[in-house]
Order: sequence, then C-alpha cells, then structure tokens
Amino acid sequence: MNFSSFLLMRQEMILLTIILLLLVAEISLPKAKKQSIVHLAIFLFGINTIVGFFAIETSSWFGGMFHTNGLIHFFKNVLNVGVFILLLQSADWLQEKIVDNNKGTEFFILLFSSLLGMYFMISAGDFLMFYLGLELSTLPVAALAAFEVTKRISSEAGIKFILSAALASGVSLFGISMLYATSGSIYFDDIITMIASTNLTLLGFILFFAGLAFKISLVPFHFWTADVYEGAPISVASYLSVISKGAAVFILMILLFTVFKNLMHVWENIIYVVALATMFIGNLFALRQQNMKRFLAFSSIAQAGFILLGLMTGNQLGTATIIYFVMIYVFSNLAAFGVVQAISLKTGKENMNDYEGLYRTNPNLSLVMMLALFSLAGIPPVAGFFGKFFLFTAAASKGYYLLVFLAVVNVTISLYYYLLVVRAMFLRTSDQAIPYFKNKLYMKLGLLVTVIGILVLGLYSPLYDYIFELSKHLN
Amino acid sequence: MIAGISIYEILTVTSILFFIGIYGFITRKNLISVLISIELILNASVVNFVVINKYLYPDMLQGVIFAIFIIAVAAAETALAVSIIINLYRQISSVEVKDTEIMKY
Repeated sequence: MNFSSFLLMRQEMILLTIILLLLVAEISLPKAKKQSIVHLAIFLFGINTIVGFFAIETSSWFGGMFHTNGLIHFFKNVLNVGVFILLLQSADWLQEKIVDNNKGTEFFILLFSSLLGMYFMISAGDFLMFYLGLELSTLPVAALAAFEVTKRISSEAGIKFILSAALASGVSLFGISMLYATSGSIYFDDIITMIASTNLTLLGFILFFAGLAFKISLVPFHFWTADVYEGAPISVASYLSVISKGAAVFILMILLFTVFKNLMHVWENIIYVVALATMFIGNLFALRQQNMKRFLAFSSIAQAGFILLGLMTGNQLGTATIIYFVMIYVFSNLAAFGVVQAISLKTGKENMNDYEGLYRTNPNLSLVMMLALFSLAGIPPVAGFFGKFFLFTAAASKGYYLLVFLAVVNVTISLYYYLLVVRAMFLRTSDQAIPYFKNKLYMKLGLLVTVIGILVLGLYSPLYDYIFELSKHLN
Repeated sequence: MIAGISIYEILTVTSILFFIGIYGFITRKNLISVLISIELILNASVVNFVVINKYLYPDMLQGVIFAIFIIAVAAAETALAVSIIINLYRQISSVEVKDTEIMKY
C-alpha cells in the first residue's frame, strides 16, 4: 500500500485530521478566544468540502472492506455540502449558547465523528465495516441529542434515541449473523454469489432491514423520530433528518441493488407495504402537529416513503432518481430547519401559531420557508417537483401504477399541511407577530445556499444526466 | 466445538436469549433494565457469530473477529446510554420509563 493509494481515502483522512486539529485547538486556545473555534471549524470543513469535488477513481482496499467509486464519492460530496450548510446555520446558536459553556468543540467533534462513520458506512465492502460505520454514525448523534444537559427535554430525546438505536442495531446484528450462517462470509462480494431465498436468509434479511429502516425512520420503526426531533437541539434534529437519513438511504440502496439483488422478488413486496404505510402514517400524523419540529419530523417520515418508490425499480433509473431526490431533499429540508432555527434562536418560539403574520415582519425568512415547503410538497417551479416527478416516473416504468396513484394522493395530503404553514405566515395577521430581526452573516449565508440549491437544482438538467451516468457504477 | 452438543442446541439458546431481550425491552419499567435487555440481544448475536464460525466455517475467523468488535461497540453504547440516564436522573430524580414522557404523539 503506497502513498498514492492512500490518497484514495483522502476524504476520511482529512476529516480525521480536522477532528484532531480541533482537539488541539480546544486545548491551546485561551478561554477568551474560544468563540473563534466556530470560525475555525467552519473554515476547516469548508476545505474538506472543496477537496471532495476533485474526482476519485474506482478502487478497493483492505481486502475489499473499503471501496470507493464515482457514485459513492458523489454522495459523500452531497453529505459534505449538507453538513457545511448545517454548520453555517448552527454557527449563531453555537456562539450564543454553547461556546460560553465551554462545549463548542465537543459539538464539532461529535458531529464530524458521526459524519466519518457515514463515510465508512457508505464505502463499506463487508458487514463488519458497515456495522462499525453504522455505530460510529449513530452513537455521537445520541450524545448530540442530549447536548443541552440542563434541559430535561433534551436528555429525554437522548435516552429515547440511544435505546431505540441500540435495539435496532442489535436486531440488525442478529440478522447479519443469519446471513453469515447461510453464506459463510461477511463480505458483500461473497454474499452476492452465495445468496439464495432460503428461509434463514429471508429471516436474516428482514431482521437486517429492520435495523436500517430504523435509521431512515420507515413506518413500523418511526416512533423515536418525532420525540427525538422535538427534544434535540434544532441543528441535531436537522442533521438527523437530512444527513443521517440520506446516508442510510444510500447504503440501503447499495445493499438492496447489489447484495440482495437475488431476493428482489421478496424485498419488493416488503418495500411496497412499508412505502405505503410510511407515506400515509407520516402524512396523516403531520396534519395534527402544532410544534414545527414535530411537524417537520413527520414530514420527513413521509418523504422517506416517497424515496422508497425509487427503490422498487432496482435499476439504474431508480438509483439516479433516488440520489437526485435525496440531494434536493437535503437542500429543502435544511432550508426549512434553518428558518425554524433562526426564529427559535431569536424568540424561542417553535409553534405554528407563532408564525402568524411572519411575512409582514420578516418577509425574507418567510419567503425562504415558503420555497422550502413548496419544494418539499413538490410544486412545479422549484426543485422538489422534479425530484418527485422522476421518482414517480421510475416507479411507473416498472408498472406500479397503483402505488404511484396512492403516492400522488399522499402528495395532495402533504400539500394541505405544508400550505397551513404558508397560510399562517402570509394570510394571517397576529398581534403577537414575531418582531423584525436581523440574522447574522453565517445564517444568511446558510439560507442563501439552500435557496440557490432549491431554485437551481431542478432547472439545471445536466446534473441529472451526470448522476444518471454515475449510477452505472452500481448496476 | 463442544462434544455432544450440536449447533442446533446452541442456536436455540441464542434465539431464546434474543427474544428474552426483545420482551424485556418492551415490558421493563426501568431504564437500566431496558439497557440490560439490549445487552442480551447483542450478546445473543455475539454467541451466534462465534458458534456459526466454529461449527460451520472453521477455516476462517470472520465471525470471531466480528464478535470482538460487537463486544467493544456494545461497551461504548452502554457507557453512553448510562451517562445519558445519569444526566436525566439529575434532573428528574428518576430512571423510570413512565417519567420520560413529556413528549408524546
């Protein structure tokens, strides 16, 4: 293993270096200058994001445990950009609330460790690497969810998350042990050749699927979602709903399309039922939410249901549409969470009623929120429409017309509750409307990038062609 | 290999252990007991990996290595969960599941 091959793991290396540098900075910076750790972390992570855009070649290391190709690298870039926007949006919160308690560096270290786990998880070539990546990406988030140690609600979110995550990974491990029993190997490449639809394999697959479905918060495993999102700090909720879910969708897609390809006649039935349940329950529960964080939690459950439509195809078209949709979802959801965070930071208000009359006092924020919600709902000029449209096309191309029809019914339901927020902001007036306030530079930048993403991604068609081209790596 | 005991007996024991863990996770009233139930589930998988490796594929050590990693990760997981439980206990002086319900539906 020489130096040039070592560079193929450069994303992981750089992120690890950043974590270590931040540790050193935490020790060496005097207490008066602790605020600058936020700037330092954002700057360093910006470098990581930019380095990620250099192309990487297909390769496989450590006897097939770690492999990378254009598609995986592209998805790491999506995660990078998402985390970068997240950092920009949470910088103010960190500077005002967290750094003063001397906990700023921990936030970054935990966040970056979790991202490192996701890199390893989506690059995994065997179940051991996958399991370690999954745990490394989950455990720091539990610590982050309980980050505001003085708040009871935050500890409660943390304990709910860690207990359900541990249960999910335990169930998933039991499934992996059964797959190991039938195929005699934990390497994906060996399992592909050995897998057959025996009863033990199917049981192993279903238990394994349950573990990943927990991360994506598909319906029978979604109970933690709303509670954790409500209790955790908003940046962490946003991280869970966007980055964590995106990475889990990606690895689930890789596993279903390659390792479990021979079991497709089984998993397409499972996905069919789970997709319907996820969309309906996510949307129907979102209707009755008043708290914006819970509202976005159920909306993100419903969006996960739409993503499953792309999984039904099992081909290149499905891969491309899923990645395209996840990318758009990253920008739209980050924009929505960014606005919620900005308002919550200045006023502490998180309920939908508090947003009444927001357009009169804070027109820019309400416009960003409106764009984000339109994109999540799928209204034509913005990117979300194209994401959903391609997903539905992919599912329809395989002949799942009833499923697509029910998904469209769900889009209609979701439109209703997204428009409830828009109505509160634009059409209602209120005596206690949130007064006008100015955001700091980082928050403005973070919201601006998401708005550009929402507006440009849908209209810039070469991007979709590029993703479609990359998707051949998988199929 | 244990003389006189086939893989079926051991796998039956691990499956029973696994379902005891699931049952405990659902029914226990105390957060620490819930954590112990999760440990049961993880240990069932650990034994599964070792036994499958030893009885079915003794020429490679994949299952045993996997088991060691699971033990390490399970320790980290427990430490984190206990620290969060302690933090919760500081605020509400209780580790009962029914007291962690200010967020619902």
